[in-house]
Amino acid sequence: MAEPLLLLEGVTKSFGDGVVTHVLHGIDLAVGRGEFAALIGPSGSGKSTLLHILGLLDRPTAGRVLLEGRDTGPLDDDARTALRGRALGFVFQFHHLLPEFTALENVLLPMLARAGRERPGMRARARALLDAIGLSERASFRATDLSGGQQQRVAIARALANEPLLVLADEPTGNLDTETGANAFEMLRRFNRELGTAFLVVTHDMRIADRCDRVVELVDGRIRAERRGGVG
Amino acid sequence: MPFTWLVALRFLREGRFQTLLILSGVGVGVGVIVFLSALISGLQTSLVDRTLGTQPHIVMRAPDDVVRPARQGPAVAARLEPPAQRLRSILAWQQALSTVRALPGVTAAAPIVGGAAFAVRGLANRSVALRGVDGPSYARIIDIEPRLVAGAFDVSGTRAVIGTELAKDLGIGVGDKLRIETPIGRSDVFLVSGVFDVGNKDLNLRWVFVSLRSAQTLLDLVGGVSTIEVKVARIFDAEAIAGEISGRTGLVAESWMRLNTQLLVGLRSQSASSWMIQLFVVVAVALGIASVLVVSVVQKSREIGILKAMGTSTRQVVRIFLIQGALVGLVGSVAGVAFGSGLALFFASLAKNPDGSATFPVELGPGLFLAAAAVATVTGLLSAVAPARRAARLDPAEVIRYG
Ligand SMILES: Nc1ncnc2c1ncn2[C@@H]1O[C@H](COP(=O)(O)OP(=O)(O)OP(=O)(O)O)[C@@H](O)[C@H]1O
Ligand SMILES: [Mg+2]
Repeated sequence: MAEPLLLLEGVTKSFGDGVVTHVLHGIDLAVGRGEFAALIGPSGSGKSTLLHILGLLDRPTAGRVLLEGRDTGPLDDDARTALRGRALGFVFQFHHLLPEFTALENVLLPMLARAGRERPGMRARARALLDAIGLSERASFRATDLSGGQQQRVAIARALANEPLLVLADEPTGNLDTETGANAFEMLRRFNRELGTAFLVVTHDMRIADRCDRVVELVDGRIRAERRGGVG
Repeated sequence: MPFTWLVALRFLREGRFQTLLILSGVGVGVGVIVFLSALISGLQTSLVDRTLGTQPHIVMRAPDDVVRPARQGPAVAARLEPPAQRLRSILAWQQALSTVRALPGVTAAAPIVGGAAFAVRGLANRSVALRGVDGPSYARIIDIEPRLVAGAFDVSGTRAVIGTELAKDLGIGVGDKLRIETPIGRSDVFLVSGVFDVGNKDLNLRWVFVSLRSAQTLLDLVGGVSTIEVKVARIFDAEAIAGEISGRTGLVAESWMRLNTQLLVGLRSQSASSWMIQLFVVVAVALGIASVLVVSVVQKSREIGILKAMGTSTRQVVRIFLIQGALVGLVGSVAGVAFGSGLALFFASLAKNPDGSATFPVELGPGLFLAAAAVATVTGLLSAVAPARRAARLDPAEVIRYG
């Protein structure tokens, strides 16, 4: 692996002023281009916190976060937001879509936010993504009128809207039944294969972790184990 | 459509009940402002119109207690022992008249010979105010013509125009004869050529219009005039122009504003209280908009967090809420203008004068509507500043973590 896409160096994270909670302790982690990695660990081990730092949503208390070799620490919030919009996609665990918008619009929104307004080709790209997740007939459905699995698939399409280098997914299959979860996971793998997008997926499901290129295990804010494995 | 407008519109549209509530709030507020403005300005205009319908804007007369070393010009009767109510003529009044007519802001000026007299018909007699005027130039100061109930405004020769009350008291009408006597013992007989009703009972009884020349003779003011009456383009400039006139001519010049200080004080305090009410309405509307938007920021904090996570900048988030505030103000004001106008017109239609005009006249116009819409839009925009900043400060990591 040449220069990693995203690199964490000695990242620690603490919360609170008076009573300080130390959540992450000296994390060193590299995510390569086109990689498909799983992040596992018990509840409260700091997975979401780590993901937010990786995704430039949050700043580390100490340590550095480098995106494509560039230290993101000195960047102000707007520069980080712009970088996030261009290079990173998110799939969240709990709340996925904006309920005020249709499925198609939800996929369109990251493109609109980035360009400021609609440009030719955006709508077609959003449709193509909906096609790829098998929801083209649901394009004009309100987000709230979709099933949980469908919503999660739209959220995946949305994460891919701006052709990010890396998608960070926080338990994307967590509240789906096994089969729907497996389908959503398959979809991520397919995008990884076809688009070369790197994925870091937080999961509790070992069957899913086993099918990733690499598994990172976080315990009490430290990386306890890393293993390569699974099939492609 | 820009991204920020799309999101702002959608947030408003999906906020159904809240949006409706806030729009009605703005609508009612703007409605009150429109109604109040229309009513107050209508009332004030009609009050001023009524007052100035029978008053010149400025009256010029000779200064009171000035001892003049040499008497020249029209003061022919100077050697006579002046009677108690001796009238003084304006010296060189033609010159003063042309000076005044040339002043900017002055639209008309007319000479008047005025004084006390008695109107006598048979055994009846009434104390009247004789007004010698030059028909055409006086018409530009106070236009009697449209207020005639009979005859014409003709004071040529020995014709006179009287008011309805005097006509009734003396039992005369157009074509009848009327004797006018003055305290200095002169008298003349006039033919009534017209009868007017200026809407003021006292003036309808007292005003008797005759020609300048007749009044000059009757009041022993041959060649002179007692006052020059002036009309100006903008009525509230009258006081300033009066000052200018007395500076230029050395005459006493009193504006209607000076002569009606109570009316003006009344108008001003009415305006002031109306402004106060409107200000409080604006503040209440602003607080309403701000609180609804703050609630919506809290309700939508997840959405805002997701928008930020997907690359929406702080500036865009701020704009999304500012647009919502401004739109609520603008759209609410359209509803408010309709509501306020409807209310004003309804109010105006409730009470009518006998001639069909409204007892409570209202003044509605595009200027008022635009002003109301502008005030509401700006209020909406400003009210949205605090909620927008709150939204901008939301930490996406925070709101996303706690689903
Ligand atoms: N803003 C915060 N303030 C204080 N403590 C926090 C904050 N955010 C997270 N924590 C703490 O950090 C620890 C790790 O939280 P995190 O959400 O990263 O865990 P997780 O591994 O994602 O857990 P789960 O699997 O349940 O989602 C927890 O003990 C949590 O209480
Ligand atoms: Mg978590």
